[in-house]
Amino acid sequence: MAVETMTLFTSPASPPRRLRSATSEAPEIKVVLTTSALLFVAIFLLLPLAAVFVEAFRGGIAAYLSAITEPDALTAIRLTLAVAAIAVSFNLVFGVAAAWAIAKFEFKGKSLLTTLIDLPFSVSPVISGLVYVLLFGAQGYLGPWLGERGVQIVFAIPGIVLATIFVTFPFVARELIPLMQEQGTAEEEAALSLGANGWQTFVFVTLPNIKWALLYGVLLCNARAMGEFGAVAVISGKIRGVTNTMPLQVEILYNEYALSAAFAVASLLALLALVTLAIKTLLEWRFADGIAVGRSH
Amino acid sequence: MDIRIENLSKQFGRYPAVENVSLHIRSGELVALLGPSGSGKTTLLRLIAGLEQPTGGRILFGDEDASRKSVQERNVGFVFQHYALFKHMSVGDNIGFGLRVRPRAQRPRRAEIRARAAELLDLVQLPGYGDRFPAQLSGGQRQRVALARALAIEPRVLLLDEPFGALDAKVRKDLRRWLRELHDKTGHTTVFVTHDQEEAIELADRVVVLNKGVIEQVGTPDEIYDAPASPFVHGFIGEASSLPVTLSNREVWLEDRWTGLRCNETGEALLFFRPNAVDVVEECSGCIAGVVVGSRRVADRKRVEIEIGKGRHRIEIDLPADRSAAERQRIAFRPTNWHIYPSAGSRVAPARALVDA
Repeated sequence: MAVETMTLFTSPASPPRRLRSATSEAPEIKVVLTTSALLFVAIFLLLPLAAVFVEAFRGGIAAYLSAITEPDALTAIRLTLAVAAIAVSFNLVFGVAAAWAIAKFEFKGKSLLTTLIDLPFSVSPVISGLVYVLLFGAQGYLGPWLGERGVQIVFAIPGIVLATIFVTFPFVARELIPLMQEQGTAEEEAALSLGANGWQTFVFVTLPNIKWALLYGVLLCNARAMGEFGAVAVISGKIRGVTNTMPLQVEILYNEYALSAAFAVASLLALLALVTLAIKTLLEWRFADGIAVGRSH
Repeated sequence: MDIRIENLSKQFGRYPAVENVSLHIRSGELVALLGPSGSGKTTLLRLIAGLEQPTGGRILFGDEDASRKSVQERNVGFVFQHYALFKHMSVGDNIGFGLRVRPRAQRPRRAEIRARAAELLDLVQLPGYGDRFPAQLSGGQRQRVALARALAIEPRVLLLDEPFGALDAKVRKDLRRWLRELHDKTGHTTVFVTHDQEEAIELADRVVVLNKGVIEQVGTPDEIYDAPASPFVHGFIGEASSLPVTLSNREVWLEDRWTGLRCNETGEALLFFRPNAVDVVEECSGCIAGVVVGSRRVADRKRVEIEIGKGRHRIEIDLPADRSAAERQRIAFRPTNWHIYPSAGSRVAPARALVDA
């Protein structure tokens, strides 16, 4: 009987049905899903990106180089990098401080602070630019007072920095808060009970635990800071060679039909974004464990 | 280090976690803080460590007032419930951490710190584990590393929060015995928190039973087990059955029957006894009797649930495993070791008897 049963099951006439794991799909569905995703990425992401570089080099390498070494373009590049550097370092400090406060302490207004940190995400960047014009402009609340003392914020670099800080405010904090909440305070308490002071606890215990999330937040913050258009467009006044950042420079050149110059600067901006992305991917790949401990995007 | 806790209170918002607690922990003692969850035992431990600040009262380490001192200044070794090892540091670096963060003038040289870490790893029976990372260790090993880390700073007192809470039963037993040996060897004043009465009784020199932020009883394991000071302690330490009784004429009465027990008090009271401290008797003039409503096997005994009297009070007693106890069967018994506590509203003084009168 047993032998019969066995031959029945192994008989070539009735091959056992291949069973899929519960979360898997039929091959046809897999192919359709994968193809459509790839196609979508190609059309909406890769094609435009490639177009930027193709257009940039349409006039040849020499034209490309002259377009990006033109004085106004160089000023824009320098300004963009400087603004990003200032905004990122400010938001790095703020982000860690805010995340620390929210994750490790109980205080009144905590949920309000958490909501406010997200505000820049929900407000249109144009509005954030306008707010600063309203505050610091010639007709604004603080503008005249500051103007008398020779401090120029609107249509100058401080305004651009302020607007960029506002827009990139949430990135570092948002990256850190869930991680720090999850980690709790036990390790910090252990360090304190072993005699470490607050600074030692932060440097030796807290920082190593959040470093990957922190770096990740900084990269995202940096990418956004360099690419910010709306808020900066309103507050900078778009003064050529003075307050034009790279995104603004691209727009101006484009409006003047200097297409290949516009694409040249745009390609540089895209390149910066790609480098950021590459660093992020590299970090994720190299330190997968450290990031996985926290949370990965 | 002698520790004196004087009228210590801690409130979280409006919720009193520890209320007016006074306690004297003698130098070199191994003391258990025992209580159910929410009894304030962990809060009390954290107050001693300085991880929480009291809202009232003070703590003395020897003759000095520690309650004004920060956790760093108190020099206590604290072992956390989930170990709180530094994940990104090797075991050796974890143990050496407390020495590495000392001010430059008191900081040992790097080689000394390493030697000290190796020495402590020997002490906790993990020699050669210095280069591993916490993630590579089992729960019991992590616990021992956490202990070594706390011992590295030569603490004046060792505080352990549910030290074996997260371990499985076998490892728990081994570690318990090992911790007792370690304590006897190093002689640290040690306070540990547990909700496991068996653990407290087996391990501690003295047990502090806490309930709702208040100390119910402090005593040796024998005192706590044999002479519980309150119904709570009686019920929390070991098994307990209780019956409402009336005391009159130097006799203990259950409804209209004499239980066979004698007591000098008068009034309404609660009779407590342990299921294993009873003598089963044949029908008698002075005994407690009822009908069996259920039974189950507990270790090498049979635990029988009995319904007693018109009040249908249910209590449990232990019988030899081979003794029959069919449902509705009538069983009579007399407690051999019992306690009388005042029932709510009565003024009967607590009384006890080891042998029935």
